[in-house]
Amino acid sequence: MAQAPSRLDLLQGTLDLLILRALRAGAMHGWAISERIQQISQDILQVNQGSLYPAMHRLEHRGWIKAEWGISELGRRARFYSLTTSGRKQLEIESENWSKLSEAIARVLRMA
Amino acid sequence: MWRDIALRLRALFFRWRMDEELQEELQFHIDMQALKNRRGEFNAAEAKRQARLQFGSVVRATEECREQRGISFIEILINDLRFSLRMLRKAPGFTAVAVVTLAMAIGANAVVFGVMDVLILRPVNVPEPESLYETEYGVDTGFQSYPNYLDLRDRNRSFDGLAAFSFAFVGLDTGDNPSSATGYATSGNYFDVLRIQPYLGRFFHSSDEHGRNSAPYLVLSYAYWHSHFQDDRGVLGHVVRLSKHPFTIIGVAPPDFRGTVQIVSPDFFMPIVNMEQVSGENLLDARGNTHAVFETFGHLKPGVTPAQAAADFQGVGAYLEKTYPKEFAQKSFSLAHAGLSSFGRAVRAFVAGLMLLAGLILLAACANLGSLFAARAADRSREVALRLALGASRIRILRQLLTEAVLISLLGGAVGLLGSIVLLRHMSMWQPFPGAPIHLPVNPNATIYGVALVLALVSGFLFGIVPVRQVSRTDPYQVVKSGSSGRVGRRISVRDALLVLQIAICAVLVTSSMVALRGLARSLDGNYGFEARNAMLVGTNLTMAGYSGGEVAAMQKQMIDAVKTISGVEFAGLVNQYPPLVYAAGSRVNVFKEETKGRTTSDIFSTPYRYDVSPQYFKAAGTALLAGRDFNWHDDKNAPAVAVINRNFAASLFGPGTNAVGLYFALQDGTRVQIVGVVENGKYLSITEDQQPAIFLPSAQSPVSQSYIVVRSNRDPQQLAAAIRVKLRELDAGLPSDIRTWNDLLIVALFPSRVATVSLGVLGAMGAMLSITGIFGMAAYSVTKRLRELGIRMALGAQRKEVLRASLGRAFKLLALGSAAGLFLGILASRVLAFIVYSATPRDPLVLAGVVLAMALLGLLATWIPAQRALRIDPAILLRDE
Repeated sequence: MAQAPSRLDLLQGTLDLLILRALRAGAMHGWAISERIQQISQDILQVNQGSLYPAMHRLEHRGWIKAEWGISELGRRARFYSLTTSGRKQLEIESENWSKLSEAIARVLRMA
Repeated sequence: MWRDIALRLRALFFRWRMDEELQEELQFHIDMQALKNRRGEFNAAEAKRQARLQFGSVVRATEECREQRGISFIEILINDLRFSLRMLRKAPGFTAVAVVTLAMAIGANAVVFGVMDVLILRPVNVPEPESLYETEYGVDTGFQSYPNYLDLRDRNRSFDGLAAFSFAFVGLDTGDNPSSATGYATSGNYFDVLRIQPYLGRFFHSSDEHGRNSAPYLVLSYAYWHSHFQDDRGVLGHVVRLSKHPFTIIGVAPPDFRGTVQIVSPDFFMPIVNMEQVSGENLLDARGNTHAVFETFGHLKPGVTPAQAAADFQGVGAYLEKTYPKEFAQKSFSLAHAGLSSFGRAVRAFVAGLMLLAGLILLAACANLGSLFAARAADRSREVALRLALGASRIRILRQLLTEAVLISLLGGAVGLLGSIVLLRHMSMWQPFPGAPIHLPVNPNATIYGVALVLALVSGFLFGIVPVRQVSRTDPYQVVKSGSSGRVGRRISVRDALLVLQIAICAVLVTSSMVALRGLARSLDGNYGFEARNAMLVGTNLTMAGYSGGEVAAMQKQMIDAVKTISGVEFAGLVNQYPPLVYAAGSRVNVFKEETKGRTTSDIFSTPYRYDVSPQYFKAAGTALLAGRDFNWHDDKNAPAVAVINRNFAASLFGPGTNAVGLYFALQDGTRVQIVGVVENGKYLSITEDQQPAIFLPSAQSPVSQSYIVVRSNRDPQQLAAAIRVKLRELDAGLPSDIRTWNDLLIVALFPSRVATVSLGVLGAMGAMLSITGIFGMAAYSVTKRLRELGIRMALGAQRKEVLRASLGRAFKLLALGSAAGLFLGILASRVLAFIVYSATPRDPLVLAGVVLAMALLGLLATWIPAQRALRIDPAILLRDE
């Protein structure tokens, strides 16, 4: 669809990394993931809650995370996501890529 | 990967549940957010509102999630299938024609493949069939004498054991109901050489053979055991009588083993050393009798090639020739895969030819459907353009078209396969010769299903890609703007080429089938060198009835004389063994020129067919005596050796035009034979053979117990047979006889041409039908396309003739082009047919005229309806329509 794909891709990639990173702590449901991302980033990163779910479904399709229905802390049925083995690997790769990228950008910004 | 597919499948089949779950998940999120908001400053309602605001559009999130589930491959396929089904339902005529066309083509292929599968691909149902070879001795035959077999078995170094078998036709008496049965008389090592194990009891082995009539054991085939002994396991040890001699049943062969000749399934197996008890002749010591063993075969030793083995056999043959010069005929060895015996080459060539024709049919069908599809795609160019304009990708549209094509081809394949299964089932039940255990053990199996499926898919893709170029070049802007009929086609389109190709293929098929039909018609009233009509054959075997020595010849003369006294009988004469063209049996003899001194292989002048006949045989058989005299009863053992030869042999011996009567030739044993007569040429072993030399010797000079009396009479065959039976009973009440018309016995000789003609006829009819649908499709389409133009022409005063020329001229031109090409190719292809069908020649004005007429008729038939439609155009209505 005609929605400026290049920018979306970048955002998606970032969001994917954040989700994977959040899930390293263990299985949690969607809302908890969004809360956690905000907490860790100290509210700097405002995750658009609505776009969180398509991202998680995509990750699920790729086999990086898996979802199971469970009971939330408040006793309600909720869908819990957790990292798969390949997801863990992916997280490592993406974190590394990200640090390389941000380092490179930082260097460019310093030197320029 | 797998996870993805699993999720997609889940998404596919549990769509509503996935949606529910997604809603629940999103709702949970919003509720949690609302709960968090409550902890802040909001009241319940405001907290919920804020939560929804923070979340953003639920609908959009839902949509995006759904999208993540993906428009998967399968989903596209299902969409395409649904759409295709709808399109096909909307055009039931097109669908029906396409499905029926393919069903016929794929069905024909499946049937021919089924036959090929059983006859050629699966030689014999035994372990390691690929190393199992039979020896062919001489020209395409496996016949061998028993002593020669023993020498071959013991002296060759190429085979892991060499087995032999022959056929045994017996009366089998289980105690209450004697019935005739057919079995194999085999060497003791038969089952061991084949490496098979009994289903029940035991097989006999070499160790059971201790000379003549020493092994009265019987192994039943599974089918015979099942049908005649009701699967009774207690039959082992039972004694039954074969032609009145007791045999003990010792075992039952496995169910899937049906002997070593594909088309003759035996009822039982008996040791060949006991053959004398059922045939009445002791052939174990008769080195000169090359009909004792039907075939020898075995597994080649590892590493030995068929060529090496043949050379090895040649060596044994040379030894035999040197050791037994008088009994050895001029022949050489070759090897062939076991299973089809001596018919192998012809059958293989024929089935391969049929497969080729069936393939051509399928190709023609694909060309047919390809042009239909292209026409449809052109009709749908507006729809396609619209879809392109709305953003569908070309790939997606092509995919849909291809799905449609494959759907049709699968439907057609399924229908065709069903038809072929029914046909194959019938064929496996079919017994071409009443009373003879010959049948084709075809069975629909997984291989055939697989082949049909592959053919369906391949042809689907073949004709499905025809419209690809058309679609990929569609310019939506142009089409939507000006309508699909705006563009004028190129002079030669893909469709035209396809139609010409298809018509050419169909013309090939029509030509072949006409050549075959004409050949058969000729072979039925052809000149065989005898007159089969009004001729009755009375077969007897006097040794089996207890005669021996001089009694045989005397009794034969008495029988001839007795038959002659029947009113209405014009002539009666006897021929030893079998008359020409009966049971494809014919023996040859080495003949030397009179002046030749040596008697080695290289000295042989010719090996003509040899018949031993009584006086009056030629008159009874209707063979014309061209020169000299017939035999008389004084041409016996005490008289000088004389012979009657056919014209062909006379010409080759002494040159054409020479009067051969009174001249001499010599036989292997040195006898000088004087030629006393010359008869017309004829057919001896098969109807398709080239003209062969033949000699006739007086039967009184070499009497044989097995003989046929030829009786010529205008009387009704059944009455005559009854009268003959009465006469024979007066002579000897216990003499078994086989009385049939010569024509009845010709069935076997005519069988190959009949099969060829029927199968080619069917394929030709299919070709004709295909060309009708092809031309019809093309003509109907061109009329539809130009309906408006034709309407305008008519409004402007065009005559019927001009309208017809405008609308159908092209179709006829293509038809003529295709037919000419097809006729030419068909003539080339028909040369192959000449091997099977007697006197099949494509250079026959009747065939050529027939093909041209047939194609013209087909064209007329196929364009009739479109022409009517073109003529019925009412310009007023048509022009108002737009």
